[in-house]
Formats: sequence, structure tokens, C-alpha cells
Amino acid sequence: MTTGYFFSHRHILDIEHLSADDIDYILTTAESFKEISARSIKKVPTLRGNTIINLFFEPSTRTRLSFEIAAKRMSADTFNISASTSSATKGETLIDTARNISAMNPDIIILRHSFSGAPHLLSQYVDAAVINAGDGTHEHPSQGLLDMMTVREHKKRLNDLKIAIIGDILHSRVAHSDILGFLRMGSEVFVYGPGTLIPPGLKELGVTVCSTMKEAVEDADVLMTLRIQKERQNDPLLPSFREYATEYGVTAKVASWARPDALIMHPGPINRGIELMPDVADGPQSVILDQVTNGVAVRMALLYLVTGNGNK
Amino acid sequence: MPASLLIKNGRIIDPANTVDCVRDLLIVDGRIADSATALPAGASEIEEIDASGCWVVPGLIDMHVHLREPGEEYKEDILSGTRAAAAGGFTAVACMPNTKPVNDSRAVTVLILSQAEKADARVYPVAAISQNSQGSALTEFGELRANGAVALSDDGLPVRDSQLMRRALEYAADHGLLVISHSEEPSLSNGVMNEGIVSTRLGLKGIPTAAESIMVYREIALAECLGKRVHIAHVSCAMSAELIRSAKARGVRVTAETAPHYFTLTDEAVTGYNTNAKMNPPLRTEQDRQAIRQGLADGTFDAIATDHAPHSILDKEVEFDRAMNGIIGLETSLPLSLALVREGVLDEQKLIELLSVNPAHILGVEGGTLSVGARADVTVIDPDLAFTYTEEQVVSKSKNSPFLGEKLQGRAVYTIMGGRITHTLS
Ligand SMILES: [Zn+2]
Repeated sequence: MTTGYFFSHRHILDIEHLSADDIDYILTTAESFKEISARSIKKVPTLRGNTIINLFFEPSTRTRLSFEIAAKRMSADTFNISASTSSATKGETLIDTARNISAMNPDIIILRHSFSGAPHLLSQYVDAAVINAGDGTHEHPSQGLLDMMTVREHKKRLNDLKIAIIGDILHSRVAHSDILGFLRMGSEVFVYGPGTLIPPGLKELGVTVCSTMKEAVEDADVLMTLRIQKERQNDPLLPSFREYATEYGVTAKVASWARPDALIMHPGPINRGIELMPDVADGPQSVILDQVTNGVAVRMALLYLVTGNGNK
Repeated sequence: MPASLLIKNGRIIDPANTVDCVRDLLIVDGRIADSATALPAGASEIEEIDASGCWVVPGLIDMHVHLREPGEEYKEDILSGTRAAAAGGFTAVACMPNTKPVNDSRAVTVLILSQAEKADARVYPVAAISQNSQGSALTEFGELRANGAVALSDDGLPVRDSQLMRRALEYAADHGLLVISHSEEPSLSNGVMNEGIVSTRLGLKGIPTAAESIMVYREIALAECLGKRVHIAHVSCAMSAELIRSAKARGVRVTAETAPHYFTLTDEAVTGYNTNAKMNPPLRTEQDRQAIRQGLADGTFDAIATDHAPHSILDKEVEFDRAMNGIIGLETSLPLSLALVREGVLDEQKLIELLSVNPAHILGVEGGTLSVGARADVTVIDPDLAFTYTEEQVVSKSKNSPFLGEKLQGRAVYTIMGGRITHTLS
């Protein structure tokens, strides 16, 4: 850790604006919290008296639960608000909602929203710290951080790794956070997927866009598979899931091209048999459940840091 | 109004008469007079303006604005919009028909013109090509022309049906009306910003430049095969500029406009989810911006128009996906365009052609000249005056500008419409 380091982020809106030192500091903090979840009494008083609101405009069981467990293990009071995005069209705008919630003086608002940039907008209208729990097709910073934590745990480093990301890069906010995070930490990122799901500009970011699965996966240290988002198929992006499974699905054979000690990762929930075959998902190299465990630790660290505790 | 107005010691830039010299300009009874011979006897009744260090040019004409009246007067109305025009140095504007109701009938055209009688700028209504701009049946071009419409456009919406566009070009020619194309292929344009690295970074759905260029080429192909003329609105990208350039070289009767934001900003302006940088067509890349500047320099573009699109804070202070498209532009067009002269892209004559002479010719309206006897629409510009554009200064009812807080240089100090001073910079 650089001496004189100061965690200066009021909000956690994206990975893009986190420096390598920030990421390192968050992960180190998360590692120190991980042990709490292994205790028989899984609770510390660190955030006692803090009010945390889970504001979810888009359904998500996993992320919401992970944040809620993280908050409760630190003794914060948590409240869940689920609102459908369409309720805003009935009159109340996101800013109205923000002002109303803000009037109740919460310390942290965790926002999940189907529109990219919604957490940025919210952060301009509330006194609370805002944590982005996934916005549109933009970013999902806590997921990116838990992915990096999982890789660091197993590989003991985050630099000089080959990270292969396979599948729907276009719609995956997880992929966007992972790409920015792993590049920032000094690793190489290779992506492969159907041309309809590869967004423009990846090369300029420093990503290698591959034309074959083999090119992406060969000698990879990490093989990250993304969820095919069935709900996004109104645009003719794919002819069929059957063909997707054949052309872009990660099978045992594909996984064998990676390094023998490569990690198999997936942000979940998995479409088994489409983007990832069950034998690979449940095989010895899979760290998918470690990702979930580390998710709680990373979120504890974020809650702790945005309330200003990191610099005491 | 005093019967006579003498603008002293200004640099007269009058491309229509290839004039560029320092001298006085005399206005008598709302018309340009010969200052050597026509000085009236009662000299005390002459109001004088000192234009030393300033340019005196034919009144600026913005051929593409949205005035929001009728229907959305909370955003802008004809009086507030023309006040903004006058403040920006414009003596005339052409207003697009996407009002509520759409200007697709005599009644709406007449209403607009009657409101404009008290306005601070001349208002030239552009009527819709199709009824309710729905793209299925033509409006009554003859009656619209007879009641004051100068051009036709379904602006805001593309004309999807190529056959309808063909018929519009043919029938408009019979009535001496210009057809203005909002060039957009709808199946490619269901995004919210330019498609590229910035849209990827922000996770926003992109619109490729092809969405515009495909339609620009359709309009060129129709104009070319029919021998009719067409005007392309708000060109944003390199590919469209190249299509227009080569069509003009072949003799196709196509004219085109671009807007100050396309030669000033890029899609980087959207960073931070700035809804004041959300517009359609969207801000493009640096390469496109350079191509637009090149197109202004080499005559590919005939006019600079603002696409002045006022929206209230309710329409902009929301998630980026939900925000309305468009920015105001009447008060920033001149300073942003003057930067092209300072940066050596254009000379002064060429700039005034783009902002006044050509829009008048394309629309077929009076203006764009300081000839003796011409209607005295005149703009006096201090090209060096530096200022910071702040929200308090905005004359338009809406404040949706990406240039708020920017340091700009050059602005209108007097705007004169038919001999009446409609704007004085205090
Ligand atoms: Zn338009």
C-alpha cells in the first residue's frame, strides 16, 4: 500500500474512476472482513446506527441479498425498497424519489436501476453515499470487485494474467466492470462472442477482441463466462440459443485450452447448457461459489469505506 | 422607431455585393439607403449607432428552429423564441412543424404567423410533409404555400416511406417549396447517443452514423433521379458529408446544413450522463467533427442552422435514456461559428454566407443582402467580445445548453429587423 493513501470516494458509482490503489485498498479491506462471515457469531458493531437503503428498481435476488447480509453483519439498519422502473412513468421521477428518501437521512443508498447512469444522477441529489448495484448496461462495480478479489485470492496477484471473457459483452455490466478493473490492475483481457454482442471501442480500451474461441481461451488464467440475457432478444441478436450453445458455449473441451490451473467464473445465474456446461460449472476449477462468498466481504468493505471509516 | 438609423464606422461585410470595407450604413424607413446621397435633411432625427471595431452584416437567418408554439409554450413560445433569436443576432428563423398540433394545415400556419406579427424576428413556418407527420398522406402543399409556409419537413421524424418522399419532392416542386429531410433510418436509430467507444464506456445504446447516411443517400438518389431539389437538415457525420459533396459534384440539386454543436463538440460531451448533450442526430466522434469543419470550408454545407430545441428541466433532469433530445442554440450559434473564422476554417465572407445569404436563398425569402433598397435586416457583431455563457443570461425559456459555463467569444451587439432595433447588448 502506498504510504499516505487516502480513500477519497464518496460514492461507488463505477470501476472506471477507481485507481489501482483504490482497488487494492478495497480488496485488502474486504479480505480483512471475510473472516467475520466464517465466525459463529457473524456480526460486528462497526456500522451500528447507520441506515442503509436498498433501492432496487430492477429485480435482483442475489445482489440485494448480498448487500443486505453485508450490512447486517456490520450491524447497520437496512431497508429494502423495490420499485418497478415503470412506477416512475406514473409520476414520481427518480429525483423525486431521491429527495423523499433523502429527507429520511439515510447514510447509504444502494441503487439498482435498469438505466445506465441512474446512480450518477441520484448521487447529485442526495446527501447519502450512493453505491451502484448495477445500472443498465453500464457497470456493476461491486461484482467487478468481488471477481477481482476471487482471482487475487487464488492467483495471489492481479497483474500479468490473461483474462478471457466469453459471451454477451454488449449487455453485461459485469463484463464492463471486469474489463476496466482487470486492465487497470495490469492484466490482459481477451473477449470472444458473437459479433452482435461485441460493443464498439473495446480495442481502444485495450481489450483484445478475438475471432475464435481458441484465441481467447488458450493459456488463459481466468475463464469468465457471461450470462446470455434471454430478455434482450427482441433485437435480432442471435438466431437461436441452440446455435449459441454450439458456437459460444464453454464446454470441457474449450476449458481444456486454458491453463490447467485456470479459474472458471460466472456472475450467475447460469443458463446451464447454454453459455456454460454443467460439468465445467461444477468442476474442480470452478470458483463460482467463492465469488458469491467474496461478494459479501467486498460489499462489507464498500459500506465501511463510503461511510468514511477507511481513513480513521 | 426613428425614421432613420445611421450605423457608423462599422466593417461592412456583405457577400452578396462582395463588399468588405469600413464605412457607414444608413437605414431610412426600414430599408437600406445610400448614405452618400440619401441623408435626410432633418439630421437631428437620425439615431446613430457607433459600430467601430464591429462587423455590420446582413441579418442572420436560422433556417432550423423549434419554437414549441402551439402546444408546448412552457418550453418556448414564438415571442420568447424570437427574443432569443434577436439576442443571438438573428433577424429571421424558420420554425419546424413538430408542434402540438403539428403544423400540417392552414390553421396552424396562420396561427404561427399571427403570433409572429409582434415578434422580435421574422418567422418562416415550415409545414409538415405528411398529415400529422405520420408519413402516410401528403399535406396540402398549395394551400400551405398560399398561407405563408416556405418549406416542408416532417422534422423530428424521418419520412420512412420512400415513395411518399418521392411524391413530396415532385409535388413540392410544383409549388416552389423546399423539402427538408430529417435523415434517419429508424430501424438503426433506437439508441440514445452516438455508437462508439463512449457509448460502450457509458453503457448507453448507440446510434451508428449509418442510420443518418443511409437516409441522406436515399434523398440524394431521389433528388438525382427526379431532378428535383432537396435539403438535408442537421448533418452530423463524415459519411453524410462525403455523400453530399460527391452528389453536388455530379450536379444533384442538394443543399445541406449543419449545426454549431456538430463542429464544436463530440460524443465525449455525454460523459457523466449529461442530458444537455443528448440530441438527435447525436454528437459524433472527433473524426466526424473534423469532417463537418472540412465540409463547411469547402462548400459541402450551405448553411449553419441551430436546430434550437428548447426543453424544460422536467424533460432533461432525468435518467439519460428518458431525457428528451435537443439543445437550445440561438444564443450560442454566432460565437461558436465565429470560432471557425478565428481558427482559419472560414473567412468572414464565407461565414456570413452560411449564416445569412445562403439560408435566404435556400428558403427563397428576402434577406441576406445589404444592397441599397433591401429590407433593413442587419446584425452588428463585436467579433472579439469575450463572455461566459451563464444560465442567467439565457433569453430562451429553456436552459438546455451544453455550453453553459463556457467562455465564448464574439456576439451580436445590435440586431435590427426592418430598421427596428430588436436587441441591444447592454
Ligand atoms: Zn430533425
